Amino acid sequence: MRRSRTVTHAPDGEFGPDLAEVFGPRQSDGGPELVQLLTPEGERVRHPEFDREFSAEELRGFYRDMVLTRRIDTESTALQRHGELGIWAQLLGQEAAQIGSGRALRPQDFAFPTYREHGVAWCRGLDPLKLLGLFRGVDQGSWDAQEHHFGNYTIVIGAQTLHATGYAMGVQRDGAVGTGDPDRDAAVIAYFGDGASSQGDVNEAFIFAASYNAPVVFFCQNNQWAISEPIERQTRIPLYQRALGFGFPGVRVDGNDVMATYAVTQAALQRAREGSGPTFVEAYTYRMGAHTTTDDPTRYRLSDDVENWKLKDPIARLEAYLRRNGLVEDGFTDHVAAEAAELGERLRAGCKQLADPEPLSVFDHVYADLPPELAEQRDGYAAYLASFEGAQA
Amino acid sequence: MLGLMRRKLGSGDVPALIGGQVLQRISPATSVLPRFFSSAAKEMMVREALNSALDEEMSADPKVFLMGEEVGEYQGAYKISKGLLEKYGPDRVLDTPITEAGFAGIGVGAAYHGLKPVVEFMTFNFSMQAIDHIINSAAKSNYMSAGQLSVPIVFRGPNGAAAGVGAQHSQCYAAWYAHVPGLKVLSPYSSEDARGLLKAAIRDPDPVVFLENELLYGESFPVSAEVLDSSFCVPIGKAKIEREGKDVTITAFSKMVGFALKAAEILSKEGISAEVINLRSIRPLDRATINASVRKTNRLVTVEEGFPQHGVGAEICMSVVEESFEYLDAPVERIAGADVPMPYAPNLERMAVPQVEDIVRAAKRACYRSVPLAAAA
Repeated sequence: MRRSRTVTHAPDGEFGPDLAEVFGPRQSDGGPELVQLLTPEGERVRHPEFDREFSAEELRGFYRDMVLTRRIDTESTALQRHGELGIWAQLLGQEAAQIGSGRALRPQDFAFPTYREHGVAWCRGLDPLKLLGLFRGVDQGSWDAQEHHFGNYTIVIGAQTLHATGYAMGVQRDGAVGTGDPDRDAAVIAYFGDGASSQGDVNEAFIFAASYNAPVVFFCQNNQWAISEPIERQTRIPLYQRALGFGFPGVRVDGNDVMATYAVTQAALQRAREGSGPTFVEAYTYRMGAHTTTDDPTRYRLSDDVENWKLKDPIARLEAYLRRNGLVEDGFTDHVAAEAAELGERLRAGCKQLADPEPLSVFDHVYADLPPELAEQRDGYAAYLASFEGAQA
Repeated sequence: MLGLMRRKLGSGDVPALIGGQVLQRISPATSVLPRFFSSAAKEMMVREALNSALDEEMSADPKVFLMGEEVGEYQGAYKISKGLLEKYGPDRVLDTPITEAGFAGIGVGAAYHGLKPVVEFMTFNFSMQAIDHIINSAAKSNYMSAGQLSVPIVFRGPNGAAAGVGAQHSQCYAAWYAHVPGLKVLSPYSSEDARGLLKAAIRDPDPVVFLENELLYGESFPVSAEVLDSSFCVPIGKAKIEREGKDVTITAFSKMVGFALKAAEILSKEGISAEVINLRSIRPLDRATINASVRKTNRLVTVEEGFPQHGVGAEICMSVVEESFEYLDAPVERIAGADVPMPYAPNLERMAVPQVEDIVRAAKRACYRSVPLAAAA
């Protein structure tokens, strides 16, 4: 059953207007301050602060990135349904938010994801099979965070915002902020969701980032849902407005508009790299799928909500724009579709070939070096395994 | 006046040019006590031991930095970080807002970046605000990243009972943190312990929980020239036999080591020779030393100040049962704090923490020389 989404408003009084009233309790259009460069219909619109020109190559690149990311997501969901993955966190509908922000990153920037940033992982050069290894539970190691400048997936809600801020303070102290050298100046981006914005950790990260002027972009994908909790349960005020309370700028961008997301994130990252400190970017989007494959959203939301947001699909609007402007005459979209099919096949085949970890590896990496106590336990266990008839040496 | 001058000259600014010559930044001695470089054994307070260890490690490795409430301008809530802000500047001695969860998580993020944070909790009671980051972010990162994300962080601060600080400020967290794979947990007693273990902790690539004791900060211990050397380190995972004996083994850590030694003195006058083991390291626990001692004495008393259930003594007892059962001539005795939140009234507080007499009585029970327990006083 759908929960009530109305919010009780306090009347205007000596404390000023009720801000929730000013911005409205329901903002299906994103509210009056939403930054948008591409409408859901694929029309180009201008914005006084964040506009920029995009080359055909850039736009085709975004299209390809989003299509392939969606393919990774739908393929992985299917693999989970077939029992090949333990679980999968779906990003369906959030492709533009992730590709737009991910492509704004420079190689020396560092991204701290949640557990849903498969599009950002794609931008950082991570082989999607690495993601599958994690969700299949065979890969204790995830990936080398330093190699891709992409942190390990964090399922403790909001914890990564503090890690990101601490990392950013390290970048600051390394003198990699405000030098003017585009290859050296670095920023950190912390991804988190609307639900996470309620966590103490996230708010403490805001406090620290503000106090220390840390070069971190807090990128919130407000996909309207924290499992079954609608956004109204998390906040009375549009999330980007929170930043003002902490003392740094906040901006809401259409999270289904890859152009706007790119432009806004790029500007925020540049602010950080220059030494102007943190920015809160709220990417207003929608979680078209379930929270994870163990969730059933039909239990708590109405399908017309989802249908409404289908009309705002990030890929469809970019495709409409590209066609209307003659940017995909060369069969580009077919080419990308073929690439997606190939990627899907590779993921399916690759996933099934992922080997279970060796039993004795359960003792590895508890500490930097294997302590004698644990070595003893491992040896004991190895002997136990070897004692079975037919056991391999 | 001197304090005012210090503030002007320090704080990481470029040294002033006076008369064409660079004015040496006056760096007053960071320790509370002046240092004597005589050949005789010198005395050093635990507070100074910790301060000098921090100072030396920060001097040796620019990646080491200190973070916590009051650590900078205030010189440390217990003056452990006295003089460090002035010497190393605000980039390496960070005064934080009141955000334990915040700065613990920030510290882990900084460690991911390659820095070596020393995070101070004003007491370990407040570490409960941050425990998710200590355990889920710090302790488990190396494991969950197949060794690719190491977290060389130290969480330090006073642990356990102080004097008259009440239930929410007196808990011992040794058992809590020692429970967790991926953490190392240390607890110094003497100044030698404080220096050697803190240096080892800061140099260690794994996350370390470093449990100090407020009442020990002001205690002085003799320290040798070796201990004073900047390379001095005490190995993690090795207990120290503070006093050799042959009739009963007494294990203890932190402040209780002092009580155990006093108990041993009393016991020796009654013909019982107690061996006192200073654990130093709660995780990893030096089972080898403990068991070797019990195999020698055949009797064991474990002492801790924290709550009894699931405490450190319970683990030590199990270790001995597992490895040295046939050597025990008596049941293992466990001395711990009372199983109640720490009372605030001074007379009740005294009853709630172990006293020397409790250790003496337990040792006698283990030696079958016990006297009937009188009403506690």
